[in-house]
Amino acid sequence: MSLQPPLISISPTRELNELFSDIHPPLTPRQAELESARCLYCYDAPCVKACPSEIDIPSFINAIHHDNIEGAAQTIYSSNILGGTCARVCPTEILCEQSCVRNKEAECAPVLIGLLQRYATDHAQFEGHPFSREPDTGKRIAIVGAGPAGLSCAHRLSMKGHQVEIFEAHEKAGGLNEYGIARYKMTHDFAAKEVDFILGLGGITLHTGTALGRDVSLVDLQAEFDAVFLAIGLQGTRHLMLDNEDLDSVQNAVDYIRELRQASDLCELDVPKRAVVIGAGNTAIDIACQLKRLGSEDVTLVYRRGAESMSATGHEQAIAKAHEVQIKTWSKPERLLVDEAGMLMGMEFRSTTLDQGELIDLDTTYSIHCDAVFKAVGQTLVLPENETDLLSQVKSGKLVVNSEFQTAIPKVYAGGDCTAIGQDLTVEAVQQGKRAAEAIHSSLILADKA
Amino acid sequence: MANLKTTFAGIQAPNPFWLASAPPTDKAYNVERAYEAGWGGVVWKTLGEDPAAVNVSSRYSATYDAKGQVVGFNNIELITDRSLEINLREIEAVKKHWPEQALVVSLMVPCVEDSWKRIVKLVEETGADGLELNFGCPHGMPERGMGAAVGQVPDIVEQVTRWCKLHSRLPVIVKLTPNITDIRFSARAAKAGGADAVSLINTINSITGIDLDQMVARPIVDGKSTHGGYCGPAVKPIALNMVSEIARDPATFGLPISGIGGISNWRDAAEFIALGAGSVQVCTAAMIHGFRIVTEMKDGLSRWMDSKGYEKLEDFRGLAVANTTDWKYLNMNYKVVANINDDSCIGCGRCYISCEDTSHQAIAKLPQPDGSNRYQVIEDECVGCNLCEITCPVSACITMEQREADKPYLSWIHDERNPHREVGH
Repeated sequence: MSLQPPLISISPTRELNELFSDIHPPLTPRQAELESARCLYCYDAPCVKACPSEIDIPSFINAIHHDNIEGAAQTIYSSNILGGTCARVCPTEILCEQSCVRNKEAECAPVLIGLLQRYATDHAQFEGHPFSREPDTGKRIAIVGAGPAGLSCAHRLSMKGHQVEIFEAHEKAGGLNEYGIARYKMTHDFAAKEVDFILGLGGITLHTGTALGRDVSLVDLQAEFDAVFLAIGLQGTRHLMLDNEDLDSVQNAVDYIRELRQASDLCELDVPKRAVVIGAGNTAIDIACQLKRLGSEDVTLVYRRGAESMSATGHEQAIAKAHEVQIKTWSKPERLLVDEAGMLMGMEFRSTTLDQGELIDLDTTYSIHCDAVFKAVGQTLVLPENETDLLSQVKSGKLVVNSEFQTAIPKVYAGGDCTAIGQDLTVEAVQQGKRAAEAIHSSLILADKA
Repeated sequence: MANLKTTFAGIQAPNPFWLASAPPTDKAYNVERAYEAGWGGVVWKTLGEDPAAVNVSSRYSATYDAKGQVVGFNNIELITDRSLEINLREIEAVKKHWPEQALVVSLMVPCVEDSWKRIVKLVEETGADGLELNFGCPHGMPERGMGAAVGQVPDIVEQVTRWCKLHSRLPVIVKLTPNITDIRFSARAAKAGGADAVSLINTINSITGIDLDQMVARPIVDGKSTHGGYCGPAVKPIALNMVSEIARDPATFGLPISGIGGISNWRDAAEFIALGAGSVQVCTAAMIHGFRIVTEMKDGLSRWMDSKGYEKLEDFRGLAVANTTDWKYLNMNYKVVANINDDSCIGCGRCYISCEDTSHQAIAKLPQPDGSNRYQVIEDECVGCNLCEITCPVSACITMEQREADKPYLSWIHDERNPHREVGH
């Protein structure tokens, strides 16, 4: 699968929207047939071990090969109800595909597991929902946040026969799937359709535009429900701590991506001619590549350490290079340069290096002219206003839970990016939501038996 | 380069790769294209008495491997559906134009001496090099008392062969059907009737699959189907065995054999020749890839012969016959065990689960600190069945290694574990 070539000169809306079509085109039936034949149906398969959501990959690929697409999709969904999203956004190059036995030196060509998963989830046609609910338990569970962790937890709890209510602060459910994933990774209204699919199971009531701390309180949820699952994600962004950071032209990358994802007409977006992106994660790559696609002439991604320390995978870095994004390493933001009228002119950086393992400043500085700066230096946990009880649950910027996803507050569980478990990946959030649901279910059933 | 020149049952050919009697050899146009492509000989698609056979529409079906390549091919086509006269005139013209290439004509007429006498004379007049008696067609023709209906009765095989030898001076090759219990009986009958050679196998009665929507076998003729004849790579093992049975049988020893059945490349051909075949006949490979496939077949065979120091086909023909024996002569003291090469192992676990579930629990799964598994053969439990070597997707990763090589040869005939053993030898 080749990367789409960088596309720069654009103008009419139609063309611009086409630039945000799938970065990896989906497999055709013929490609799926051939690619699925490459799977060796490993026993105790390394790919399954590498999948945070423990999807039985050899089984679903075998089912695809034998033209049992619904069976394949059901296998995927039984482990990961957001299998459609994960097929698009998972960094398979560091997960299942990295561990594929066909990746060994002799072959260097892993089975395209992500694309096969997408093939199954895109093409499966179920009559009704593929899963059914167990008899009603009479238990009610509140979930705060309708992102991947919350949706996954809700689905599993509903399957177990519990009544679930989800409280989502935004106007749409989906969390980062709806607001945060690069537009070329998840196109059209896939995130919304996936939410509909998940809710199609029944037993789940969704309250959007309902924020914890503002519209509902944790105390009330505790009183009204048998359990509460917090899947509030990371709503804050880190700052550069520089003067002039409050300029309109200095933005959070996630905010711009949200605007981009929600825009009905991409031509209405403000596109800088020259942009600087600060950061080295996948969000930094996403914003840089999308700016290029929107028509920015120069996009420079600046990182204070070397390329080997970037948290964006090699695959993501390659996508950035294919988009002709400049990557400057060993450079630390020093100053935002502003003209007399208060307009952003550029940014000054100080060169850095490693000295006995320590990142240190060098004497040299340089500047890059730009019209806009996008900050992608990490997201942070922001506790809902008026929820001071939660303060005691935060350690190192994340909510603390035990192995059963319980906080120290009675009946309150948490999972996903807001906790310190695992990496902040969609697939991890799905898995945590699912496992938290199992934990909540066990504890509720146990309590009934006692 | 090695010399591929072939003399089979007295028929000369530039190489042993002949096209079998089948659709590719139905008419002059195809046969001339085949000769141009480099085929050493052709067996012209079976001629019969007029009026010519009439074929149905929808005639072939197949089985496929995981990558979509054809492994088995099935047909319900009859013998030539063109008149005898047209075929004879084309054969005559083609032979004149291509004197160096072998041209054998396949025949099938009712079991009446006059019918055979008449047709062999007509073929002889065309200048063709030989006759092949089609006693093997498994579909359609047997319902009319011909094809496999003849090949399945050794007495009739002998009788018809004798008529042909009596009324023609051309070499007679008897094509045998595999749809019998013991191929040796029909081969012996052919030899008794005076056959110059046998060719085998013809196709095997088959149904390749069922259309589960229409609930009918393939190929589908207006909602109905019938069994066809199976060929292609899937039948090669059956063909090799039958060739070896005839090559080993003292009653037919030395009778020339034209090997047929799934030959798709030079290696397949070399295997048939190693089991005694003097020429090989190909159909499915040509039908799938076109006549050009013979280029790689000839080149591969020549280069392999060069690498082995064989200058001509006779240098290795039949070398595997003596090593194909009865079970009772196998060495009971021979012992091999599997060995897994850690360096080439990719960790798929197929050897482990196949041995664990279906064989002798002779492979240990050793979890490693990095979460992967290492697989190790438990020699004491390994019976040397080869299953792990077969299921391993990496070539030469699992090898079978000999143990206790110092033990003497011991056949089952003399093994003390055999209650019926022969003693005193």
